[in-house]
Amino acid sequence: MPKILVVDDSNSIRDMVSFTLKSAGYDTVEAKDGQEGLTRAQAGSFDLVISDVNMPIMDGITLCQELRKLAPFKFTPILMLTTESSGDMKMRGKAAGATGWLVKPFNPEKLLATIKRVVR
Amino acid sequence: MSVDLSQFIPNFLAESFEGLELMESSLLNLEQDDDETINAIFRAAHSIKGGAGTFGFDHVTEFTHLVETLLDEMRNGQRAIKQDDVELLLVSVDCMKMLIEAIRDESDYDKDKIDETYQLLLVALNGKEPDLLEIPSKSTDTTTTSKDGMLEWKITFIPEHHLVQTGNDPLLLFNALAELGELTVEANSSNLPSILDADPQELYLSWNLTLRSENATEELIREVFEWVEDECELTITQNKPIECEGHSTGTAENNPSTQPVEATKESIAIDTVTENAQLEKPVVKAAAKPATKSKVDVGSIRVGVDKVDSLINLVGELVITQSMLSELGTDFDISKVERLTSGLEQLLQNTKELQESVMRIRMLPISFAFNRFPRLIHDLGNKTGKDIELVLKGEQTELDKTVMEQISDPLVHLVRNAVDHGIEPANVRVANGKTAKGTITLNAYHQGGSIVIEIKDDGGGINRDAVYNKAVEKGIVDAGASLTDNQVFELIFEAGFSTAQEISDISGRGVGMDVVKKNIQALGGRIQIDSTPGEGSTFKVNLPLTLAILDGQLVKVGSETYIVPLITIVESLQTKAELINRVSGDMVLYRLREDNVPIIPIYELFGIESDAKANTLEEALLVVVEADGQKVGLLVDDLLAQQQVVIKSLDENYQQVEGISGATILGDGSVAMILDIPGLIELAMQNANQRLSSKLQSIGTEGAMI
Repeated sequence: MPKILVVDDSNSIRDMVSFTLKSAGYDTVEAKDGQEGLTRAQAGSFDLVISDVNMPIMDGITLCQELRKLAPFKFTPILMLTTESSGDMKMRGKAAGATGWLVKPFNPEKLLATIKRVVR
Repeated sequence: MSVDLSQFIPNFLAESFEGLELMESSLLNLEQDDDETINAIFRAAHSIKGGAGTFGFDHVTEFTHLVETLLDEMRNGQRAIKQDDVELLLVSVDCMKMLIEAIRDESDYDKDKIDETYQLLLVALNGKEPDLLEIPSKSTDTTTTSKDGMLEWKITFIPEHHLVQTGNDPLLLFNALAELGELTVEANSSNLPSILDADPQELYLSWNLTLRSENATEELIREVFEWVEDECELTITQNKPIECEGHSTGTAENNPSTQPVEATKESIAIDTVTENAQLEKPVVKAAAKPATKSKVDVGSIRVGVDKVDSLINLVGELVITQSMLSELGTDFDISKVERLTSGLEQLLQNTKELQESVMRIRMLPISFAFNRFPRLIHDLGNKTGKDIELVLKGEQTELDKTVMEQISDPLVHLVRNAVDHGIEPANVRVANGKTAKGTITLNAYHQGGSIVIEIKDDGGGINRDAVYNKAVEKGIVDAGASLTDNQVFELIFEAGFSTAQEISDISGRGVGMDVVKKNIQALGGRIQIDSTPGEGSTFKVNLPLTLAILDGQLVKVGSETYIVPLITIVESLQTKAELINRVSGDMVLYRLREDNVPIIPIYELFGIESDAKANTLEEALLVVVEADGQKVGLLVDDLLAQQQVVIKSLDENYQQVEGISGATILGDGSVAMILDIPGLIELAMQNANQRLSSKLQSIGTEGAMI
């Protein structure tokens, strides 16, 4: 069962993403900010990371950069969940090594559909 | 597959309210170049917008987007932190709160206020229209041309070598394409270097793909490559449709399918927005109702896990005690009495602890009520032009949720009062040798079984003469009456009393101090004033910790048992003949040191038949109680135990009874009434006046003369 790390500072978004993923048969681990996400990532292996961009302590872009430095995460897909659909945000995400982005508002059907593009 | 997210709406609401509170308090404390605070405010707005969008609350999303944009400009340093903007943001937070409350309560909101603030935000953003929200009237019309037949798409995909290092995998992209129709994949390995030169972490292949599909559009295809479009060369061309019977290809051919990626980006983004909106609306509308309804009805409380843990422990112990007792009962004989006694003792202990723990669940730190004051002081300060600092103390002091809800409004009034009447204008303060900045202190602490909330200002204090003169003018006090300071201060609680020269929109809102006092009394509390001219005033509100349980003194009157709230009792004594004074007819006073205390005979008041009534007043039991600064002596037959009683409402179970605040059930199963001391005093005074006036009338004097 593919295992997904969900990082978001908003409880409700985290719950919703997790709920959606679990209902589709994925296994999830949650973290409430980038720092916690990094710690969780170091402690286990994941098939996908979905992370918010704006978070306290460590933002999603930094988390992405940090994850890419870790050998087990070199090729792991990392999706940024963001409301900022601007080209600039996407460029920054790409530069940090993000695989792609999901534009909020969060939509469960779309999430599941797009995840297929990055997880086997 | 459809995922129903409506169960998360209550979560979203709770989180939004937390976010709004954070935004408000942070805005109030916002200083120049405080990046961390502004980021926190931004994040809160951002989360609310994201959540609202998810559930289809588009009006919230739209409004919050402007707030977020403004905050973003501040955060990026494009916009200095100006007081005007902060004020606007505070008003915007109010608006957001109103919108979210309307969702929670399924009620309407003040649309004019929202529109007005929305316009102000637009103006603040230099008349700039919000970018994300330009939702096109309809989605692009190139999509539905080929319903009747298959279209064939040729796709060339030449990724950059490092593509896989961002976690993208061409195979998965092709799988996604295959879902659109029939896909043929042809790999081009001509760029593959020799095995010695190849880097296993790089990608050297490129692909020619053919997609035959009924409903694929260029947008759908591009969407699959959305995340890699700037890391590859991508061309998409449409071949002549096959099986082309009776359908138009006009639009498809007009649409130059080799147009550059940049141009289509826009339409993809737009398409995403509309698609989301269409998908989510029906889901949320249908499901939101039950979720929010139950919330309105029940209300909820957040409880620390430690409190729940302690409850679970206690219940565990209770179960053990119960099983021990029931085991004793199965085969009981006299030798087991000792064990029974100790078992019952244990039960008593368990019950007591359980009761305390349950009560603690309803307890919230008073910061819940205090949180609104920084904003209030900020706004009032702006309105009155006074510079005021608010100091909060004892915010962690816990108070029953119900009491908290009901004390909130009286506290607001007292604080408004302190700003309006208490704190002097800066020039007056300076002239009197004080700092220009006034201070209002809110302090909460426990005292005995009750909680005390102090509202203290360092203003001019209550003007004794002004209050006195006003009271005389209103006919509340006879001219020339000699009153103590405290008696004069008490006058401001009289109905319709106000010393303000003119009614300002701050305190003159049709609610006076009399209502404040009434509300506090309705909670079983009391309010006291302490004031020193030139130094300020302190209003001290004393409240019971909870409305559900009361410490009471049981008293016997005839065959009835009554409960006197312990908090009201000053002392209990046996009367002495020489200290009894009969004045004008039925009024009997008892000399208690320097006071003369009216005696209220409970028998007469409630019409109880009793032999003990025959007892002469000279050796009766008197329970001296105090309410509203007035002492009275209740005449009773006997003092019984003191105990905690669970209050049952009479209003709910029967009807309101004058002089009675509620009832309880005693250990023997009988019902006992709880005396409402302030009500009782009022009742007794009315009775005494009536008797007096009827007496006067009977001897031919006009009753109106008294």
